[in-house]
Amino acid sequence: MIEIRAVSHRIAGTPILHDITTRLPEGRLTALIGPNGAGKSTLLRLIGRLEPLQAGRIRVAGHDIATTPTDRLAQVMAVLGQQTLIASRLRLAELVAFGRWPHHKGRPTAADRAHVAEAIRTFALDPLADRFMDELSGGQAQRAHIAMAFAQDTEWLLLDEPLNNLDMSHARALMARLRALVDRQGRSVAVVLHEVNYAAAWADHIIALKDGSILAEGAPDAVLTEELLSRLYDAPIAMGRHQGRPLVLHHA
Amino acid sequence: MAEALTLAARPAALRPVWVLAGLACLLAAVSALWMWQGLGGGGNRGFVLGLRANKLAALALVGVSVGVSTVTFQTVAANRVLTPSIMGFDALYVLLQTALVASLGIAGFAGLPATAKFLSEIALMVLLASALFGTLMLQGARDIPRMILTGVILGVLFRSLAGFMGRVMDPAQYAVVQAASFASFNRVNATLLPVAGAVTLLAVLAAWRMSARLDVLALGRDAAVSLGLRHQAVVIAALSLVALLVSVSTAVVGPVAFFGLIVAGLAHGLTRSASHGVLLPAAGLIGATILIGGQWLFERQLGQAATLSVVVEFAGGLFFLYLLLKGRIR
Ligand SMILES: Nc1ncnc2c1ncn2[C@@H]1O[C@H](COP(=O)(O)OP(=O)(O)O)[C@@H](O)[C@H]1O
Ligand SMILES: [Mg+2]
Repeated sequence: MIEIRAVSHRIAGTPILHDITTRLPEGRLTALIGPNGAGKSTLLRLIGRLEPLQAGRIRVAGHDIATTPTDRLAQVMAVLGQQTLIASRLRLAELVAFGRWPHHKGRPTAADRAHVAEAIRTFALDPLADRFMDELSGGQAQRAHIAMAFAQDTEWLLLDEPLNNLDMSHARALMARLRALVDRQGRSVAVVLHEVNYAAAWADHIIALKDGSILAEGAPDAVLTEELLSRLYDAPIAMGRHQGRPLVLHHA
Repeated sequence: MAEALTLAARPAALRPVWVLAGLACLLAAVSALWMWQGLGGGGNRGFVLGLRANKLAALALVGVSVGVSTVTFQTVAANRVLTPSIMGFDALYVLLQTALVASLGIAGFAGLPATAKFLSEIALMVLLASALFGTLMLQGARDIPRMILTGVILGVLFRSLAGFMGRVMDPAQYAVVQAASFASFNRVNATLLPVAGAVTLLAVLAAWRMSARLDVLALGRDAAVSLGLRHQAVVIAALSLVALLVSVSTAVVGPVAFFGLIVAGLAHGLTRSASHGVLLPAAGLIGATILIGGQWLFERQLGQAATLSVVVEFAGGLFFLYLLLKGRIR
């Protein structure tokens, strides 16, 4: 479980998050949704200790992120920010191999190499393994970074808009992969999604952020209602259902 | 046969080893050339060899320092067109020296034991540089162009402060400072060699031991933190090593601004590796080889002992422009 208590955050004096208190259940796929600028990335980066915590407390699987050594945290959670740097002189397989660093600290074992090979296979990156990172398309590079986080093999996986740059089939494959991580391996996943229908189709738990506060949270059926979404996005939104799950009707 | 097949299948994995071996041979060759070429027989043979060995050591030391410090610095700065000098590391060192002369006077300055003076200077330099540039890099991680601009402006500021102090101090004092403020591979400061050599060796070993962490640092701050790297500590440690190495080479031959750029560019280009375990030794070997080979060429063949620094800086400056024009800002 990730426990967030009374977390507030300011950037250059401007309040970005206001007194957030919530929980992300373990063994579930949690989606963070909300309009642009709602504070989703900021919240995810705070959990992933990519930003220093200014106020409040966050515990990930029992580890207080403010007091747990950062290399220990790296064995508990993998976090992928929204913007990734392209390390141009790196081959794809070398990048993915860095995912094992928290475990071997520079001396990879056969088991580490096996994890890397599996991550590359899982994201169908074998044909690209020897390419330099700056010779990949945006979507391919994105999948390589996800494979790196995946190779880290942690209880928690935190991803910020991982579907960016991905075409429909790779986006669906990724969501199915995350679903399998949760269902078959009992892992916990938190993912920022800007396309609500992916949350509707795949998430167990949804947290809706607006203007730095939580507007609603709970099961998809409870959160993804016409009334709530209309308030979340400040626009009338029509909902339908498809295969027993809510579906946002963009054209309605 | 089976061996040949695996070799063919993995050219990329083998290449760095061969590149390093080749560079080491090249360095050995130019060093031998430097020591023994044109060496007459007779009574002063031993004396000449001693002189040459001294200069060889100085050139190698500076080449290694510049190579290792530039590659390390470029990794920390996430940028391939910067060198510690462009960001003002050596200017800070010169400023420190000028300030020392100005406050202690020549008698005080010259009266200090050379080794103790040197060691306290570099200690001060490491403290100042890691505090200043550490803050800049850690704060600036988000906005790299601004970080670079601030660094370049700091460099100009240090240089002009040192220049201003030089102008207002008396000419005799200024002569002492001047020796420390201009690069010359011809007039090396030999008294410092033993201690400078020891400091360089320690700093290079420390950088080498950090190489796995530098590899992670090169992924960028977010990825490095996510992988559990103690980002801030590694940045500060790396910048301290850079400050140490820059102090050493500046003390021995004076500031060289663009030379590191050529060395780092060649190290990246020749090894095509992202591993600092390969890049750092490659840069050290390349730096030493260019300086020794270059000084041999200019001093012994062209009779222009003082020209190497100018040529190296000119070539480095051209390379800098080339990188800028090609848009290789990162
Ligand atoms: N570096 C920054 N400087 C100033 N404001 C920022 C910075 N980063 C984010 N913000 C502001 O913080 C708010 C939340 O940003 P973010 O968490 O990225 O939103 P989301 O991911 O939900 O789109 C936005 O209003 C954004 O403008
Ligand atoms: Mg965002």
